[in-house]
Amino acid sequence: MTAEQRPTLNPPAPNPPALIEIAGLTKRFGAFTAVDTVSFTVAKGEVLGFLGPNGAGKSTTMRMLAGFMTPTAGTARICGHDVQTASVAARRALGFLPEGAPTYPEMSVTGFLRFCAKIRGYSGSELGDRVSHALDLTGLQGVRLQPVETLSKGFKRRVGLAQALLHNPPVLVLDEPTDGLDPNQKHEVRALIQKMAPEKAIVISTHILEEVDAVCTRAIVIARGRIVADATPAELEKRHPSGKLDDVFRLLTVANKDAA
Amino acid sequence: MRNILAIADRELAAYFATPVATVFIVIFLVMQGTLTFNLGNFFERGQADLNPFFTFIPWVFLLLIPAITMRLWAEERRLGTIELLLTLPITQGEAVLGKFVAAWLFCGIALGLTFPFVITVNVLGQPDNGVIACGYLGSFLVAGAFLSVGSAMSAVTRNQVIAFVLAVAVCFLFTVASYPLVTDFLSKNTPVLAEIARRLAVIDRFQAFARGVIAARDIVYFATFIGFWLFVNTVLVEQRKAD
Repeated sequence: MTAEQRPTLNPPAPNPPALIEIAGLTKRFGAFTAVDTVSFTVAKGEVLGFLGPNGAGKSTTMRMLAGFMTPTAGTARICGHDVQTASVAARRALGFLPEGAPTYPEMSVTGFLRFCAKIRGYSGSELGDRVSHALDLTGLQGVRLQPVETLSKGFKRRVGLAQALLHNPPVLVLDEPTDGLDPNQKHEVRALIQKMAPEKAIVISTHILEEVDAVCTRAIVIARGRIVADATPAELEKRHPSGKLDDVFRLLTVANKDAA
Repeated sequence: MRNILAIADRELAAYFATPVATVFIVIFLVMQGTLTFNLGNFFERGQADLNPFFTFIPWVFLLLIPAITMRLWAEERRLGTIELLLTLPITQGEAVLGKFVAAWLFCGIALGLTFPFVITVNVLGQPDNGVIACGYLGSFLVAGAFLSVGSAMSAVTRNQVIAFVLAVAVCFLFTVASYPLVTDFLSKNTPVLAEIARRLAVIDRFQAFARGVIAARDIVYFATFIGFWLFVNTVLVEQRKAD
């Protein structure tokens, strides 16, 4: 990443500041290119919906953004910290919900969150307050002493979400935050995301297109590792005569497959 | 440091939250007891020391310690929690050390629970308790050495059985490296390697402790051994975490 390249990849003078900056991010597994020169920025106040068919590269992009996977090329920055060279600083500013919301099955909900809070540098009464606040936000108070393995899929997902929100990070990256939740829980999570949105830069990946309409200020459609659309949900809807996101999604992702 | 302790604390609690801890400790104590009292002729020897106990302990560790370490990284990968752990604001070195410290403390607890042997031998005679303490220190260091190997092997694969077998194999190599079987073969072909093998062997170092000798170079040996394998472990985690 050279200095003269950077201005072309970041939109000129974004105001409010971009908290997530991804430039030319590429990941190859052998001959297969999972993510192909993906570039975008997300500013404070934006909720970016990350859409695409299974295997399009959504999770891989998010893993690279979280510093878990090493990119083959390109850079990702969180609050100005490069996720490769300043990984701990970048991860401090990040709340990340990995795909499938993994948690330690034998731990209680509180035990798990206390562990995360300890690693996040909290101690004493502040640690307790943080955990309790995260339990409130995600509606987990009722099951807080249960081992995670005894919880239903929806509760497990919320434990993962609570962990990501624990330290009130400026950047949230949530891989399928509403997968496995019932309609009421989905509604609650969306309301929660909307409530937090003005203070944060949020990226969520989803298969549920109505979710994009409900919470996202912007949507990126990715297919075969490449960005095929980057627009507001309203703009995207205009790309198909029916005006439905479902049809736009199919148009963008299937057409791309035929072209390749 | 604080991160290492937080991880160690979580890991140690995980041993006791599952039957792993109980099963390990019970089997360890039963094996040590049977080997010491029956095979080791503890009573028939008529000597007030714990030599039979310390003769068998590296072999029991060889079999049981890989059973502790096999899950350390393999399980994180199988559950996907490695993605969570390594996206928390910690370095990979801290994660590796935290897990190692927890496993070592756990072995320390298991080793501590062999105290009835010490009581027995003190009731029956007047042993040199300094030598016994020294033997315990050596046992603890051997446990650390095997744990560091096992932890690195666990980072190679997401399959716990493979992690176990690899760990036993590598620990076995380092245990028998000074045995005539190995050194005779090596000195016939490459005498230099025979000398290196003798110096790398865990068992010779341990036997010095069991005799009551604490030499600085043996301490350095164990520290280097553990440090090397934890470094390998960190590199393996970095390379293979997302596979």
